[in-house]
Amino acid sequence: MIGLIPWYDLVPLLPILGAVVLLGNPNPQRARDICLWISGITLALATILHLANIPANASWLGNISGADLIHIDEFSGPLLPLTALIYFVTLLATVGHKAKKFSFGGALLSESITLFTLSTENTWWLVFLLCVGIVPMWFELRARQASARIFLIHQSLFALCLIAGAWLSERTTVPSLNLSVTLLTLAVLIRSGAFPFHCWRLDLFDKASFGSAILFTAPMTGAYLCMRMVLPTEPDWALHTISVLSLATSVYAAGMALVQNDGRRFYCYLFLSHASLVLVGLEIATPIGLAGALSMWLSVGIALTGFGITMRCIEARVGRIELNRYYGLYNHMPTMAAFFLLTGLASVGFPCTIGFIAAELLTESAIAISPWIGCLVVLSTTLNGIAIMRAYFRIFTGTKHASTIPMLSQPEEKFAITVMALLILGGGLYPQPGVKSRYDAAIHLLENYHRSTPHSQEPHSQDSDSRDQASPK
Amino acid sequence: MDFLGYIVVLCPILTLITLGMAGLLHFPFSESFVDRWTKFNVTMGLAASIAILIVMLWNQVGVHVVNVGNFVAIDEEHFHFHIQFVFDRLSIPMVIMSFVLVGVIGSFANIYLQGDAGYYRFFVCFSMFLVGLLFAFLAGTIETLFLGWELVGLSSALLIAYFHERTAPVQNGLRVWAFYRVADAAFLAAAITMHHLTGEGDFAKLTGDMPWPEGTSQLLDPWSSFFVGLLLLVAAAGKSGLIPFSGWLPRAMEGPTPSSAVFYGALSIHLGAYLLLRVSPILSASIPLRVCVVLLGGATAIFAAATARVQTDVKSALAYSSVCQVGIIVVEIGLGWWYLALIHMIGHAFLRSLQLLRAPTLLRDYRTMENAIGGRLVQGPFWASSTQAGASQNRWYRFMLERGYMDSIIDLMTVRPFCRLFRFFERMEDRWMRFLSGEKETSRIDPSESANPTTPRTPNLEPNLGTASEGALS
Repeated sequence: MIGLIPWYDLVPLLPILGAVVLLGNPNPQRARDICLWISGITLALATILHLANIPANASWLGNISGADLIHIDEFSGPLLPLTALIYFVTLLATVGHKAKKFSFGGALLSESITLFTLSTENTWWLVFLLCVGIVPMWFELRARQASARIFLIHQSLFALCLIAGAWLSERTTVPSLNLSVTLLTLAVLIRSGAFPFHCWRLDLFDKASFGSAILFTAPMTGAYLCMRMVLPTEPDWALHTISVLSLATSVYAAGMALVQNDGRRFYCYLFLSHASLVLVGLEIATPIGLAGALSMWLSVGIALTGFGITMRCIEARVGRIELNRYYGLYNHMPTMAAFFLLTGLASVGFPCTIGFIAAELLTESAIAISPWIGCLVVLSTTLNGIAIMRAYFRIFTGTKHASTIPMLSQPEEKFAITVMALLILGGGLYPQPGVKSRYDAAIHLLENYHRSTPHSQEPHSQDSDSRDQASPK
Repeated sequence: MDFLGYIVVLCPILTLITLGMAGLLHFPFSESFVDRWTKFNVTMGLAASIAILIVMLWNQVGVHVVNVGNFVAIDEEHFHFHIQFVFDRLSIPMVIMSFVLVGVIGSFANIYLQGDAGYYRFFVCFSMFLVGLLFAFLAGTIETLFLGWELVGLSSALLIAYFHERTAPVQNGLRVWAFYRVADAAFLAAAITMHHLTGEGDFAKLTGDMPWPEGTSQLLDPWSSFFVGLLLLVAAAGKSGLIPFSGWLPRAMEGPTPSSAVFYGALSIHLGAYLLLRVSPILSASIPLRVCVVLLGGATAIFAAATARVQTDVKSALAYSSVCQVGIIVVEIGLGWWYLALIHMIGHAFLRSLQLLRAPTLLRDYRTMENAIGGRLVQGPFWASSTQAGASQNRWYRFMLERGYMDSIIDLMTVRPFCRLFRFFERMEDRWMRFLSGEKETSRIDPSESANPTTPRTPNLEPNLGTASEGALS
């Protein structure tokens, strides 16, 4: 009976149903309650499916369209609960005056599109979803009467490259395939915000609501596109291009985060730096490197979403955060201060947090490929670590904050941050299951990669041989 | 004996978890409970470590390893993150010393900080420091050492910024954190390079199976040892305040006296020297590396000795005296006098702790004594006064008083160019975004979100915020 129900169709369909229900509901509080229920049930379902390891059998959408639209494997399995969690905690922490301005229907629609995106490997369905995913954010920017030009220019270019690349990838001539590779690489770089295509992210964080911007960027659909459409087909030169640009972006964004005076820009650069590190690991394409990148994907998703929520909660109390002054908020919100530090340090791989082993695996594989890559990865995390502590000191210390109203966290905010804290510490203190699962996913992805690009087997097997020789075991 | 080993490690962890989680969930314990709980766990840890020492001496065992198991293992790739604690001639004295000093200073802090708003925060950081220290001292693998190393760094930075309603401690905390991160980066690079070269992170695999200090480097060639050793030397220099990182130590004195004593006078400052002792077989494998160690230690000792003599406050003078002694310890390590270095480290830690704890009351006692004798106490001449004269003496005096301009040089050579470069990038980005958006100015802040009547702006505390030197470290 359980096997007959298309559970994996239900996960992304639930938020759509919620969005439909919210269409005729103008009351923000009621909309928030419905949204939380829907999002919570989606999270619970996605988590149970992943933990119970239930396979994706029959699919309604597949039967209707005649194509295999839902595909869940070791790689995408944990991404669904992760994305559902990101949405749930962000919505949960949307309280007070934030709830009045936030589009809950739009958030549910966006959640549905993202979950559909992360549960397919069908080329044209993926292309369609990635293009459609741009629309809710564009509407939000329009609704806020902000200029969406930068966002639109980049996303149009992304959609153009993606569609043309996907179309050309079905041709058989060598020039078409080469052009397809170039276009798909470009699409990944734009969507991931790699240097010099990162400005749309800054613009998004400047102009959209903080919550929506987090929800649009945190699921890292650019990296997913890379894994599904680029890694299986592209030659080594394309992977190296993505890798080099991602590494440059990571260091550049870390440096920029360190000198930022605007809180949102600081967060944007921080996220960009870490997301680029994930791409660096993905392009290293060795089992350890890929496992490190996939682990980092989860850790960055959890840690930086928590970090973003904390910043958003602070922003709700003191307005847009400026990092060129001291706020001295520690005495007003000590829990938030602790959580800010915890999530921030988890993102840079501090010991006993979820990012520690991910960073270790990634750095080790980077050093194995080239000491210079390893050094740049270490440099990036070092700069990020300093930037986070600087932000902590600026926001929570340095002066005595005078406030006429209590600023303690509300129960919903406290619950959201406690859940994230437990995941960060739990994943850090007992990392083996997570790492093993990501290693299996890495092996699965590499098998696909080697199957489709036999020419690329040689260097990796050589690397593996040299590693075995070096190892006394 | 494994049981005792677990007690040594678990007692401080238990303190950290209970205090930390209660604080995180906003249900802090009372001061008396914190005091009793900390004392109990430190006493248990100390008793267990002394018991291990007695058992090992009784059985004439040079080394005992407690294998906790694999934190992470990917067997197919021969990747193991192993947690292992080593009780040997090097670690046991350091662990016992840590428990004794931390226990004494914990009792001191309980009175010194009683009723202070940050009492609870102090003891959370205090227990984090102890856990980090024990992990670092007992580490059987390079990754475990790194874990402890990082915990010590974080707790130190937070304790320096303990009086966090003032700007100066916070700025100093950030600067120390930045130095520590540089040291951490060097250490991480060294650790992973070693892990990559040998396939394992166990010290036993890196330095041979013989008990310390009789091991031999298992790195493939002397140049590998030299490269890895240099990275470790940078890490040690950052942690122990050797040249050119000495500037952080007097800044660290912004923290409360108990933390200054335990962190910078006694324990934390020796962590770099301890690291060099732990990897002494790698040092032995490369003569050029040992020369570098001796030169760095010697230069630090001379510089710190001169600087300490001209400092105008007792804590800074003691800080540089500590650096001087650590420099000498590093020279001893470079020369291969491992046991002498170990004994020197322990003796110095106890002496300096006493001096730092004594420092706050010293001035009062001086006044009492001067009142009693009815005149000034006789002070010795400045060291150079008999040999240098006039302008030269003043120049040297000024140079040492400014601590060799070490911080200014670092700012000038690294921080300022870094900030200038990235501010330039920021301006270029703004121009590019203005061009793309067709707007005259990029709208950074939505007016509806920035306005908040409940939060009056504090005056800008730093006049140079717009300049290139702002940013990372101020």
